[in-house]
Amino acid sequence: MNLPNPNELLAQLAAVIKPTLTANTVLVGMHTGGVWAADYLQPLLDSHMPHGSLDISFYRDDFERIGLHAQVKPTHLPFEVEGRDILLIDDVLYTGRSVRAAMNALFDYGRPAQIRLAVLIDRIGDRQLPIAADFVGAALPVPAHQHIHLVRDTQLQLALKLVDIS
Amino acid sequence: MTLNPQLNADGSLRHLLTIDGLPRAILTHILDTAESFISVSEQEVKKVPLLRGKAIFNLFFEASTRTRTTFEIAAKRLSADVINLNINASSQSKGETLLDTVDNLSAMQADMFVVRHAQSGAAHMIARHVAPHIHVVNAGDGRHAHPTQGLLDVFTIRKYKGEFHNLRVAIVGDVLHSRVARSQIHALTTLGVPEVRVIAPKTLLPVGVEQMGVHVYHDMLAGLKDVDVVIMLRLQNERMRGARLPSVQEYFKYYGLTQEKLALARPDAIVMHPGPMNRGVEIDSSVADGKQSVILPQVTYGIAVRMAVMSILAGN
Repeated sequence: MNLPNPNELLAQLAAVIKPTLTANTVLVGMHTGGVWAADYLQPLLDSHMPHGSLDISFYRDDFERIGLHAQVKPTHLPFEVEGRDILLIDDVLYTGRSVRAAMNALFDYGRPAQIRLAVLIDRIGDRQLPIAADFVGAALPVPAHQHIHLVRDTQLQLALKLVDIS
Repeated sequence: MTLNPQLNADGSLRHLLTIDGLPRAILTHILDTAESFISVSEQEVKKVPLLRGKAIFNLFFEASTRTRTTFEIAAKRLSADVINLNINASSQSKGETLLDTVDNLSAMQADMFVVRHAQSGAAHMIARHVAPHIHVVNAGDGRHAHPTQGLLDVFTIRKYKGEFHNLRVAIVGDVLHSRVARSQIHALTTLGVPEVRVIAPKTLLPVGVEQMGVHVYHDMLAGLKDVDVVIMLRLQNERMRGARLPSVQEYFKYYGLTQEKLALARPDAIVMHPGPMNRGVEIDSSVADGKQSVILPQVTYGIAVRMAVMSILAGN
């Protein structure tokens, strides 16, 4: 399968998102791919916009089955969540469970005025919760035995990658 | 490799009984996870739903305020149900055995026991006895181990010093009676601290302490020279039998930490103490409350470290 170039997708996303920003908008990237995407988006949108990172490990619904993730990253939200317009960024929207966890996590920091979701890839089908993205880079079908996610190399270059589920 | 009763067959942590024998990767995982739990205390709602529906029993057969309270706060911030039992005032005084108590609490659907006991090995005994889904955390057993204290101490050191591989750490005082010192020494050496010193009179050092990989000093002035971290231990009067010391005043003179003695350490050295402190016995008030003291941050970090331990165990 030919995968799109994430930089192009992010540039397209930025062009669509930019007119919708308010002075109250903050950017929140979800670890880890969403944080990289948010890092890339922020200067394209507004280099002064506050931006933070969110780890959802403590809010996942699969703790009973798989335990705590090996690599939990600190959440860093250097602004008040209360009353803000939050633009939540993730690399891939698939089952919707990560976004559910992210919304729960955000609400423990305060009551946002609004949460909108932007994703690089909307994986078609297999949604398990009533969740949809407001901004989509590309909608892609991905075979059930594969994962798609964003990777970043040491030169900070982004790429999309398909991985077989072992 | 000897069988480690703390580990599952896949090498993951099932119980936390002692730091002795745990691989560096497990310690680092606990410290990294604790780092993430620090941000939970910055939330408006200082709680995460990880252990919702789990019952954690704090079994304290020996008095404790700080440890029991921080375990309780940690469990509550993980959304667990916490039941505190101070057992010396309860069934044990009516003759029930330790394992009978544990069986009864297991029948009440306990998921985790946090155990403090005056007998070394008590937590091990409970861990060997409980059903496979139950986890045990040693919150201090006799003179043996106090692993979460050791972990919160190395977490504090990492917070202030960043790395372990270039540090000199001095542990001062009653090492003989101290489970805290044993856990600290295991944690520090496992994480790669190249020079761990113990400073104490001969009567307060266990036989063969050098075999734990530490440098022994009887002269505090020599032992503190150029260290990055000074860990003071509490003089444990309640665990002491017979006269190991001439007097408290004499002890303070030779082994109490004063500003003058602290000046021998590196200028950016931090001062730690596991609490409770005997002011004027092992530490002077001006040092305990001074700008190099990180004694209160230790307590705060203890919550995040205990959250990390409980959530890792519950998920394994």
